[in-house]
Amino acid sequence: MYKETHTHEEHLSIVAQGLTKRFGSFTAVDNISFNVKKGEIFGFLGANGAGKTTAMKMLCGLSKPTSGNATVAGFDVSTQSEQIKKNIGYMSQKFALYEDLKVWENMRLYAGIYGLNDNEIKSRTDEILQQLDFQNERNTLVKALPLGWKQKLAFSISIIHQPDIVFLDEPTGGVDPAARRQFWELIYQTADKGITVTRTTHYMDEAEYCNRICILVDGKIVALDSPKQLKETYSAQNIDEVFRLLARKAIRNQ
Amino acid sequence: MIKVEHIAKKYGKVEALQDISFEVEAGEIYGIIGPDGAGKTTLFRILTTLILADKGNACLNGWDVRKDYRLIRNNIGYMPGRFSLYQDLSVEENLQFFASIFKTRIETNYHLIKDIYQQLAPFKKRRAGALSGGMKQKLALCCALIHKPLILFLDEPTTGVDPVSRKELWDLLKQLKAEGITLVVSTSYMDEAGRCDRIALMLKGHFLSVDTPQNIVNHYTDDLWAVSSCNMSKLLTDLKNYPAMKSCYAFGDVHHISLQQQATAYTTSQQALQTYLENLHHNELSIRKIEASIEDCFMELAARSSLENKKPKQYV
Repeated sequence: MYKETHTHEEHLSIVAQGLTKRFGSFTAVDNISFNVKKGEIFGFLGANGAGKTTAMKMLCGLSKPTSGNATVAGFDVSTQSEQIKKNIGYMSQKFALYEDLKVWENMRLYAGIYGLNDNEIKSRTDEILQQLDFQNERNTLVKALPLGWKQKLAFSISIIHQPDIVFLDEPTGGVDPAARRQFWELIYQTADKGITVTRTTHYMDEAEYCNRICILVDGKIVALDSPKQLKETYSAQNIDEVFRLLARKAIRNQ
Repeated sequence: MIKVEHIAKKYGKVEALQDISFEVEAGEIYGIIGPDGAGKTTLFRILTTLILADKGNACLNGWDVRKDYRLIRNNIGYMPGRFSLYQDLSVEENLQFFASIFKTRIETNYHLIKDIYQQLAPFKKRRAGALSGGMKQKLALCCALIHKPLILFLDEPTTGVDPVSRKELWDLLKQLKAEGITLVVSTSYMDEAGRCDRIALMLKGHFLSVDTPQNIVNHYTDDLWAVSSCNMSKLLTDLKNYPAMKSCYAFGDVHHISLQQQATAYTTSQQALQTYLENLHHNELSIRKIEASIEDCFMELAARSSLENKKPKQYV
């Protein structure tokens, strides 16, 4: 809606080929290749230190790969990081909301940063408030919202500029089970609209919701498939079991 | 070992704990399970004598949390959710320090911490502040155990920890239980409930239920079904629109549903639901009856207590 550029390969949001990041002699991300389809919910799983965050940073244009390349929303992560930042959304574990601003003011602020004009800001604000059933909360200070509500708001704001793809870093720690589900429904709705959702998570049951997941061990992709297929391949009851089978092989210690 | 009677605590207008009562028996692993903001940390801080309750009493091993706080502090271990060791001391120095303030030596109870400390040993000269998250947590646990406490309190020890380390930690807690230590553990991961002997499900300052994990699951009243198809997002919407739907939510790679209990109505049969979904073009449809998990129980109890998901107060 707010952009004119399109991907070369219309149906792929991320194309990564041999993506590698070294810090000195340490290889944080080791030659990973994968594609993410438009509108897909794609999960990154890995133990602490497996390379999830480094991989995410490269895909968001915040860190340059040592070798290999990747395109995100059609832009090269090494040479077009500014365009990438305009065309992605990012939500971190610590919500980037201003507690002392009202709900609408937070929306106004981020929409402004992403360069939406006044009409767009107004229509997007109304749209989001309606989708979240937040109309009565327009003038509520963010600090007065329960955790689950803040989370939904932070997510909606991260896609206020309707990016091609949104990156979620460990988005659902600590919220109550019902709020967790509402958040998931929001992710489903977002993916249905064609926005690709890429996320990292520690909750293995959360990984089960993803269309496909990729498991990182020691910076390498050791498995990439749908949760259903992975469970079949490894004859496991759930993804937690798959993960433990694969992560056990990790050499890297902390 | 622990007896809590009618504990209440307010922060300003926020009622963090409302009339909490429970008992923990010697040698059990007692889990306090609930989301952020449930009041878990406040309860831990009261039991470890760091803050006082507004109302109610609590005793640990017969000692009163108000009067006998010195005795309690000498005899319990507490691992807070936030890393709280000395960042500028090395691994070894932290451990020495905690041993000395408890008037013991590392060697005395070394068998308790041996398994974890061996993993830390290669870094023993490193400053605690420079350790990775997992290593910090292991060190904190060693320090909390150095005086062989009667009761060990662990506040969210597995938050932000990957599944492999989570499993290691629970295995270790089992060993400590075998040593006769009583363990009180809080978590927001519902799937860890099964590792506890008894659990309290906590939400908004209340205990929703206290029992063994198995009994809580047995008390789930409705028939629960797991439904899946090749379009999970559309399936969720379609299920919600089904006339006899009572509750319906995403759960891993399936959706969990329960139907309204009207035995005579055709719409509450599995066949009716199947036909309804097939007519909406769902492929690879699967509907099967399942046993409830702790998380299903938590949601049902929360909905029944109407504590869940209240809208925030209007801010003027």
